[in-house]
Amino acid sequence: MSTIATTLERTLSKPRQVRLSRRIGSLVGWTLTGACMLVLSVLMVWILVVVFMRGVGALKLSTFTTITQGNGGGLLNAIEGTLVLSAGALLLAVPFGVASGIYSSEYPNSPWSRTIRFLADVLVGVPSIVVGYFGYVGMVQWLGWSFSVAAGSISLAIISLPYICRTTELALRQVPNDLRDAAYSLGANERRVVLGVCLPVAMPSILTGVLLALAVSVGETAPLLYTAGWSNFMWDGRLTHSPVGYLTYAIWTFINEPFASANKLAYAAAFLVTGFVLIINVFARFVLERRARR
Amino acid sequence: MKFRAWLAVAAGILPATLAAIVLFLALYSWQAIHFNGWGFVVRNTWNLGNLYANPILRHGFQVQPGATYGILFLIAGTLLSTFLALLFAVPVGIGAAIFLAEAVPSHLRTWISFFVELLMAIPSVVFGLWGYVVVIPFLSRHFFPLLAATLGRVIPFFAGPTGSGYGLLTAGVVLALMIVPIIAATLRDALVSQPAALREAALGLGATRFEALWKVMLPGTRRTLIGATFLALGRALGETMAVLMVSGNALNYLPHNIYNPISTMAAFIVSQLDSALQDPTGMAVRSLAEIALVLAIISVIVNGLARLLLLVWNNGQRTVAV
Repeated sequence: MSTIATTLERTLSKPRQVRLSRRIGSLVGWTLTGACMLVLSVLMVWILVVVFMRGVGALKLSTFTTITQGNGGGLLNAIEGTLVLSAGALLLAVPFGVASGIYSSEYPNSPWSRTIRFLADVLVGVPSIVVGYFGYVGMVQWLGWSFSVAAGSISLAIISLPYICRTTELALRQVPNDLRDAAYSLGANERRVVLGVCLPVAMPSILTGVLLALAVSVGETAPLLYTAGWSNFMWDGRLTHSPVGYLTYAIWTFINEPFASANKLAYAAAFLVTGFVLIINVFARFVLERRARR
Repeated sequence: MKFRAWLAVAAGILPATLAAIVLFLALYSWQAIHFNGWGFVVRNTWNLGNLYANPILRHGFQVQPGATYGILFLIAGTLLSTFLALLFAVPVGIGAAIFLAEAVPSHLRTWISFFVELLMAIPSVVFGLWGYVVVIPFLSRHFFPLLAATLGRVIPFFAGPTGSGYGLLTAGVVLALMIVPIIAATLRDALVSQPAALREAALGLGATRFEALWKVMLPGTRRTLIGATFLALGRALGETMAVLMVSGNALNYLPHNIYNPISTMAAFIVSQLDSALQDPTGMAVRSLAEIALVLAIISVIVNGLARLLLLVWNNGQRTVAV
């Protein structure tokens, strides 16, 4: 008995020997994963530093107060255009996106809602230039709207629709079923339960999703190039037959110009777009994080 | 009508939109599909023909004399740049996912992961700007000559001339950075949600922490990794603005080395629409629509596959990651 105990004690007290090659292998493994993370972080910081340093250097008060003139001037027309196009896109996409989201979260097992969920995921992956070309062929040419706010907004709406659908669905799934049961037991019908109980509870998350969709549409370029066109002037208020400017176009086109003033416009636009998108994302993360913890 | 029926109808806009995109592009490019035939994907010449001559009738279609539409160089450019991007992004994504899931303390994990995932939120035109302003000068001055002088001596595809910096490798690098977070985020979630018993069993058998991770935890996430890679593939195939700004927009040209200019299907649609509009017969614009149609179908297939892979892994619960 005592011999067994002493043997056991001796074995356990001896430090576990891991062969050197295995220890080196593990060390190399951790180092490599750390290096991957380091590379990613450095590149991320690099992008942010380039955009923010150059962007801040390029911003002036006149950037916000004057319109683009040739290779200089300001970005007022582009800022206005971006806001108008994105607002239009949200106006179109939110009702349909929220409705699709409600349907696929409240009736999750019906074949139609499985189809919606799957196709929403597929539509997210359709390249934005394909949507843009669809907009060009369908709206600009076939419907004869020419470059216009309507064509641009609808193209952006197509892109933001699946995002809104999906975030709405996820938000509603967070609503506990007890709440639904309680509402039903009080005699509420389906509509009252969804619109009067579930939707208000999920509203902060849904709004966050809408904000994220807004960030996506503010950052899009490809679907707008051949639907919204570009204009050096302020939007004249017409929905069709009048092109508008937008910030991402300014980034793309003015960085290729050989003039310092044009390049500055591109940096300023990049700063505004990136700053806006990042602020929305950080804000959304805070909101979602806080709700998830509750 | 009942509330539920209203919702179902409103939800129908999503499938309707997707169908409309594919149908509309198909109808619009129908003439081009017939005129180009299969030569579309094997010919290497995109030529609008003589735009100053009168249109002629060829195969029953009005076209400009000498017009041919072949996109072999675009297919090559798209596949090569996507392949390079995945080649860089998959290992780095795996490494970052492991680091985030295992090496970072859990109270910091959310925020450090979030920082890396912010890369997904940055608009592609900003990546293009960064590529144009930073990556191209950096790579063409410092890295490409070095690469050509070392690896280029062994493998001809890496040999010079290294060119201006616009090209295949630059596009691959920028694309890789855009898709890394997709892989890293999805895989990290999968690693974190692996059962702890797996790791404990491996550690109990005497594995080191890294061995437990590499040989036990990681193989369990293989399906997620493949799904995430497909998602990343879909994004890289369809990426437009960043590629447009750094690829050099080659026309009718197959790259001879890794530094040569290329163009991709998505970028080509943007760079060529203006000149395609000069074609009075409209065949050039219809052929661009055919490219868009091909791109749409490829992306539907790739993304559908990705979702199916990720879906089954989660037992019907969808993943939250992009």
